[in-house]
Amino acid sequence: MSHQVKVPHGALMNTGSKSRSSAFMKSFHKHKYYYVLLLPGIIYFILFKYIPMGGIAIAFQDFRIAGNVFDSPWAGLKWFNILFESPDFWTALRNTVIISFYKLLFNFPAPIILALLLNELINGAFKRIVQTIIYFPHFVSWVVLGSILFSVFSVDTGVTKWLGLSTSPIMNPELFRGFLVGSEMWKEVGWGTVIYLAAIAGVNQELYEAAKIDGANRFKLVLHVTLPSIASTIVVLLILRTGQILNVGFDQIFILYNPLVYNVADVLDTYVYRVGLTMGRFSLATAAGLFQAVVGLCLLVFTNWLVKRMGERGLW
Amino acid sequence: MIRKSWGERTFEAGNMLLLALLSLVTLYPLWHEISISLSSAAGAMRGGLFLFPRGFTLDAYKSVLSSSFIWLAYRNSIFVAVVGTVLHVLFTATTAYALNKRGLPGVKAMTLLLIFTMVFSGGMIPTYLLVKSLGLTNTLWALIFPGMISAFNVIVMQSFMRTIPEEVEESAMMDGANPLRIFFTIIMPLCKPVIATIALWECVGLWNNFMQALIYLNDKKLFTLPLLLKEIIAGQQLATDSGQFTTFAAESAIAATVIVSIVPILAVYPFLQKYFMKGTMLGSVKS
Repeated sequence: MSHQVKVPHGALMNTGSKSRSSAFMKSFHKHKYYYVLLLPGIIYFILFKYIPMGGIAIAFQDFRIAGNVFDSPWAGLKWFNILFESPDFWTALRNTVIISFYKLLFNFPAPIILALLLNELINGAFKRIVQTIIYFPHFVSWVVLGSILFSVFSVDTGVTKWLGLSTSPIMNPELFRGFLVGSEMWKEVGWGTVIYLAAIAGVNQELYEAAKIDGANRFKLVLHVTLPSIASTIVVLLILRTGQILNVGFDQIFILYNPLVYNVADVLDTYVYRVGLTMGRFSLATAAGLFQAVVGLCLLVFTNWLVKRMGERGLW
Repeated sequence: MIRKSWGERTFEAGNMLLLALLSLVTLYPLWHEISISLSSAAGAMRGGLFLFPRGFTLDAYKSVLSSSFIWLAYRNSIFVAVVGTVLHVLFTATTAYALNKRGLPGVKAMTLLLIFTMVFSGGMIPTYLLVKSLGLTNTLWALIFPGMISAFNVIVMQSFMRTIPEEVEESAMMDGANPLRIFFTIIMPLCKPVIATIALWECVGLWNNFMQALIYLNDKKLFTLPLLLKEIIAGQQLATDSGQFTTFAAESAIAATVIVSIVPILAVYPFLQKYFMKGTMLGSVKS
């Protein structure tokens, strides 16, 4: 189809090519300083974003580290077949979906509820102190928080025995996923309120006054005024979050997981890392990464479509 | 003022109690770690809740700070954070400024290509192979260049730049200043608030960056703090398992390293809180 369009287009171009190219040069000359400013950005995005996208080709090749993308033989869907027949991949996918689902279920609403509670505080100084404390873990890396959690939940130096557990939840396959969800909530719930508090601050105060005159109590104000007013913020964040469903966070899991819990903790991110960079099976790992990226993109587009059908404003 | 009902006052008290409890739960692990780093072997091994260090000693800090690797890691982390932040802010700003020029041929297509990078990427392996073929593996530049500009920050900066009145630029243009000069002498100074936000954002990200350090660095002299910390944890666990170390030596050394590596974050935290909040609001206005 593109061929059909191209021929007449090319013919048209030929007749006026000279004047066109000089017009182009003129326009380029006029804007040259802007292009100078754009140049680093253009180089960066081509080199570090679009060339790796082209590099996805190695998922369809028998890639050899000695060669490059251009001289590796094509392999069709071979790596995808190997991937979909590998039990390790299915374990990783299942774990990813389960962990992600729990994180979405608990850690997505948590900051909304916390923001509503913070908003109900009347004592301004107390509110600021609480905010200062609960924002802090967001700024600390998982490596650091992971080491802290290891020692806090260690059988020897930690609170594990005090809590009545005989093993650290980090070493227990039954508790590990819950621990992932809980520790992420601990790290991010405070910071997550910032965006909702900003949205709540923007709610029209007259709405509250009107509802109060109608006899609404505090709970009803939250339910009928605050929540509907911040619904669009919640929806946008939810759409963005669903696009990330297959990315559960490499750092957290890589830091916390250990041989005792590999079965329940290995996710796609750690699978891609292990298969690609520790075992050197680049084509297989790229295939898994591509699967992850495509599913993420599809989920994003689908949720956005769904949200728009339900009458809310989407991302685009 | 209307008098509050009994139920309302109970709710307020309960809410304060709940949030105070949450603050305690958030702070406790950090306090526990500080206590362990300052405790003696026997004190640390008793476990349970730590209200204070037990058998106060600075031995763990002495041994951690006398290792040359922690200072090297500090230097590497500072280099990556400073150079990475400067380059990130500069090139995010140039890109945002030029892409805001609606009349510039090609701007629409470039904006679309920019946004596309937010929803789709080549992934870990193709990026790794690229960085490797550029000869950047085992250099600190591997932590700086691959994240040098982010589409999200470009958009945040663009929306801030749009609030600058056009007359400012037009009058400078009349005086014969070229766009490069306008950008550096007029636009950049006016963008200070958004630059501060993005700079802090990026600085913390680079300071905490673990995954790229793990993937790209092999030479221990090049390790950044997060990677060194991970190696100490893994190494100490191995050493403990094989009986070379007592658990105490491992736990207290790790704890001291942890505390040493978050001191800079604690030091800049007041600024972080202020500017990050502004930044998140900038971002939310956009979306």
